[in-house]
This record gives sequence, C-alpha cells and structure tokens, in this order.
Amino acid sequence: MNEQDNVGIVDIETLRKLDLIPPLNRMRRGSVAVVECVEEIPCDVCVAACPVHAITKEDINSIPRVDFDKCTGCGSCLLACPGLAIFLVDLSTNNGKGRVTIPYELLPIPIKGERVTLLDRRGEPIGEGKVVKVIKSADKTYAVTIEIEEDKIMEVRFFRVIKNENSLSL
Amino acid sequence: MSASRINQHPILNFKRGRKKTFYFENKLIEGYENESVLAALYANNIRILSESKILKRRRGAFCLIGKCSSCLMEVDGVPNTRICITPVKKVNKVRRQKSLAKPPKISCFNARKPKEINTDVLVIGSGPAGLYAAIYASKYGANVVLVDENPFIGGQLIKQTHKFFGSKDLHSGIRGFEIAKRLTKILYKMRNVKILTNTSVFGLYDHKLAGAYDFEEKQLLKIKTRQIVVATGASERFLVFENNDLPGIMGAGAAQTLMNVYGVKPGENALMVGAGNVGLIVSYQLIQAGVKVVAIVEAMSQIGGYLVHAAKVRRLGVPIYTSHTIKSAHGKEKVEGATIIALDNRFREIPGTEKYLEVDLICLAVGLNPYSQLLAQVGCEMIYVPELGGLVPKRTRYQETTIEGIYVAGDVSGIEEASTAMLEGGIAGISAALKIIGVNDKALEEREEMIRKLEKIRAGRFFDKIRKGLKKVLIDERTR
Repeated sequence: MNEQDNVGIVDIETLRKLDLIPPLNRMRRGSVAVVECVEEIPCDVCVAACPVHAITKEDINSIPRVDFDKCTGCGSCLLACPGLAIFLVDLSTNNGKGRVTIPYELLPIPIKGERVTLLDRRGEPIGEGKVVKVIKSADKTYAVTIEIEEDKIMEVRFFRVIKNENSLSL
Repeated sequence: MSASRINQHPILNFKRGRKKTFYFENKLIEGYENESVLAALYANNIRILSESKILKRRRGAFCLIGKCSSCLMEVDGVPNTRICITPVKKVNKVRRQKSLAKPPKISCFNARKPKEINTDVLVIGSGPAGLYAAIYASKYGANVVLVDENPFIGGQLIKQTHKFFGSKDLHSGIRGFEIAKRLTKILYKMRNVKILTNTSVFGLYDHKLAGAYDFEEKQLLKIKTRQIVVATGASERFLVFENNDLPGIMGAGAAQTLMNVYGVKPGENALMVGAGNVGLIVSYQLIQAGVKVVAIVEAMSQIGGYLVHAAKVRRLGVPIYTSHTIKSAHGKEKVEGATIIALDNRFREIPGTEKYLEVDLICLAVGLNPYSQLLAQVGCEMIYVPELGGLVPKRTRYQETTIEGIYVAGDVSGIEEASTAMLEGGIAGISAALKIIGVNDKALEEREEMIRKLEKIRAGRFFDKIRKGLKKVLIDERTR
C-alpha cells in the first residue's frame, strides 16, 4: 500500500480518537450510528435530523459528537447527511453476523435477499453479504442494510449489486 | 433514444419537452424543445463546434453556461451565438463558423427602438446570490427586475443533485436543484418582481441604467433603475497542457450541466483534474449519470475538498492521485486518452512517472474566476485577490461597491459557496431596498442577523483563505 491509498480515506484511528466509534457493548444492544465526519465543516444537518438529540455540535463548524446511549439507531441522520458519511452498525444477533446500513444514491436499487459484493473504504471487494432491508427516503436516498461477517462491521462501507437483472431499476 | 441520453437516473427525472428538429449544417438533428442547441448536438454525438483560425484545430464546448466563447455558432443567420444557452425551441438552422464570423445579413433586432423598463432594483444573475437579493429587496417593498442570460433561473443550483451542507435556515440537507425550485416559487409569488430569462446585460452606465439584450425576443432593452445588484457568478478556469483544446475537455461544471440539466452523458470514461469540492462532487455525479470515473488527479499534496466527498468516491473504487497533474490529452478529432504525471514538491513534473489513461472526457475542476467584467466596465474599484479567486470589487460590509447604488453578491465578489452567496445576496438586497424605502428597523435588524450568520460560517478553518482575502477588499461604509 502506498501513501496515495490513504487519500480520501477516513481512518479508524481518527474515528476512535474523536469518540465516533460506538463501544462494542452498545453495538451488541442494536443499531447505532457511526458518523464518519472528522473535519470542521460548516454543516449541522445531522443535528437537526436526529429525533432524540443524540448528535450535537458546539457550533456549526465543530465536529459532531454522538451520545451512543441516546442514539436509537433509527437512521434519520443517515438519510439526511449531505456527505453520505453516516452508517449504522448492529451486532445484536450475537451469531457471528452483523448488520451495516449504508446510504445509497446509485442505480440499480438492490432488493431484499439479494447478494452483493462488499466494498471497503477504498472500494476494494472484501467478500459478499446479503441485503436484509432497503428503505427509501422522500428525496431518493436509500438506506441499504446488509448482513455481513461480524468482524467486518467497521470495514464494509459500500457494496456492488451482483445480479443486475434481479434488481429494481427505476 | 441516442446512447448519450440518460434514460434512468437515481435522482433526476428529465423534462425534455416535445421533440423538435433542426438542421446542423445539412444534417437533420432531433432535439427537444427544452434543451439547449449544444445539448442536442452532444446527444447526437456532435462534438466539434468550430475550428481554430490558423492551425484549423478542432474545438469543442467548454463552460456550457454562456460564459466562454467556445461554442459560438451561426444560428439562423446570426453569428457568434452561444449555443449552450440557446434553447432548441425556436431554432431552425445551426452552422459552424469558419475562422472569424462575418457580420449577419439579417437584423438581430425585431424592433428598431429599445424597450424601456423601469424598476427600483435591478438584480443581474439568478443564482443563490441573485435569488436572495431579489427576494429580500422585494420583501421590503422595492420593485425588482431579475435578469439572467440562461434559459432557466437558479444559476448553478439547477445542476446540483447533492444535498447541501450548512444550516437549516439556509436550506441545508436539500438537493441544490430543489433549493432552486423552492426559491423560484417564493419569487413567483411576489408581485413586485419581474423575471427576464434569456437576457444578457451587456453594459452598466452608472447605477441608473443598464443595457440588455433579450435574445429570445431579439429585443434590445434599456433598463432604468435606482439600485443594481451584480450577482453574475463565476466562470471555470482553464489549464495549460498539451492538446488542451481537444473536444471532450470541458469544465467540470459543464459536464454537470450536460448530464444533470439536460440528461446527456458527457462521455463514457472520465478523468477529473482537481480534487477540490467541485472535482469530488462532480466525479460522484458522473458516476450517478452512468459515466466511469477512471481517476482524479490533484496537483497539491492533499485534496482541497471535504474528506466526506472524497470518501464517497473512494469507496466506489475511484483512485485519487495527489501530487499529480495532466500532462497531455490524446486524440485526433476528440479526446481518446490522457497522460497524467507525478509532481515533486515544487510542482515540477517527475519524468518517468507518466501513466496513460483511456478516457473520452477530461473535466477540469481547477478553480473558478469571478465573472466581474460588468463591475470593471462600470468603473467599480477592482482589486486582484488570489484568495478570492481573482479580480473582485472593493465593497462595504453591506456589499456596496465603490460606486454608490451598485452592490455585489456571491461568487462574483469572491469564490465561496452557496450558503455564503445566499447571505451576501440577502444583505445586498436589503441594502438596496433600504435606499428605496428609507429607514426600516426590521430590515436593518434582518441585515445585521445575516451579517452575523455569514461571520459564523466563515469562522471555520475551510474559510481561512477567504477571511484573509476579505480583509483586502473591505472598505468602510462611512468613508466610502
């Protein structure tokens, strides 16, 4: 891996330092938001979108903070974030499988039950997963929940639909 | 439907209107009435719009928003017509110009006398700054004429498919083209606003008179006004490299206009030059339109745009090469490939690091220049400020230039972003209205509130450069 590989990649160490990774026991309790927004951007869309006020910002330019105990993992912030930088993680099944929810604005739209190629933050394939839920927002952003291996919960950040003919093309 | 037309898009539905044919040279072209002549030609795979005078090099489109001269053609006998902002609707014959255009044999005017229009506030440009200026000037009782040379109002908002950053009161979380719709709706409800599209303001004569040309009606306009807000936006920068004039090399914003306004694919495989927010966002939108982005190159050692935008394209597998630039474009009639090369820390090319990429589209996202010619022409004191993108007017905190009654807002006053443009537009609009209606406490209060919001946004680290630049252009409103 050369240094170019890290351009445009949000690294896990930074997320950890900023307390943006939910503790393991919180993930075990169910769906929770991972806000991968580590720069001082003048934006507070997620703060306004959260129905339980779990996301806060000191001012419009500061980095968001998430209260993981308050967060219900509803995904309102995921659908609202203009940077498509919010994901949901869920390790509550305790069977070696986890669920990651990813914001999606491309075609084709995946359908429930479909197998997809899992991609990491560099767009590299890292296995396969199964689509378990697809939610569409009023403004055409989709939230796609995929069942994956538990140990990939902080790695899988995108996916590619494998079988085009099965998926719903709009 | 031609292969270049986008049939399915994850975000957009295209309202092309009815089919309309016209002749290009001797060929019958099928277009749609709501699209520009250029979009129709592009959809029919016509990329060569002209040839250079001496070397006879093929030339294509560059800006697609009426701000450069690369698409000038003869339309129904009128030479030097910007086909990128000319709707297909009324067009019958389009021809390439050979070398310099000859004066037209027909009149460019339907009427001999200019039509006179009277107003309190003339707003030039209908992007986020102009829309806000018009809304706020009319809100406080001024009569407003809003002029734009494009066929649609909304400026560059109409091609922004991504949701906007910012705060809720400035439409954050809403897609750019939806913000344009929202603001347009507000404007149409106001009784004291007149909107003129397809109309170019070509000259300002102090703050009281503007010359304009309505090129759809072929009508010269004499606009008598009391205050003027100039919100003409910016134009995309060009870049020097070998074969940079090949058709298929265009501004990133131009590609956006083609695919997001007109639903025409600008190419199949793209190279993006520049990893600022424009380069990153447009790369993502190219992918949404079904174009493969082969690579993004950035001359600086790090990306200039937000990390979230870069992360969005990286997880789709798009490589970003920092400390790299484009060395040359390849192709005979149009772009068939590009060579990129690594740069050392003094921006010198490193021989032996060349990479060849097979692409048919090269998008330049290397910054914007304020489109400030009207301000310079009328005699506003201008100053070159690199931090603000180029030549900009000096102005007060109320956006008033050195000429009383002429205000400035948005990218033309310094390259920033939509939310700051809206606030500047609001401040300019209120200031212009105050001169018409006299003292009004509510207006003064609202203007101060906007200035506070603007300062808050600009307090962030992404605005370090802007703050530095603004210090050079601010003049005291009391001594102006």
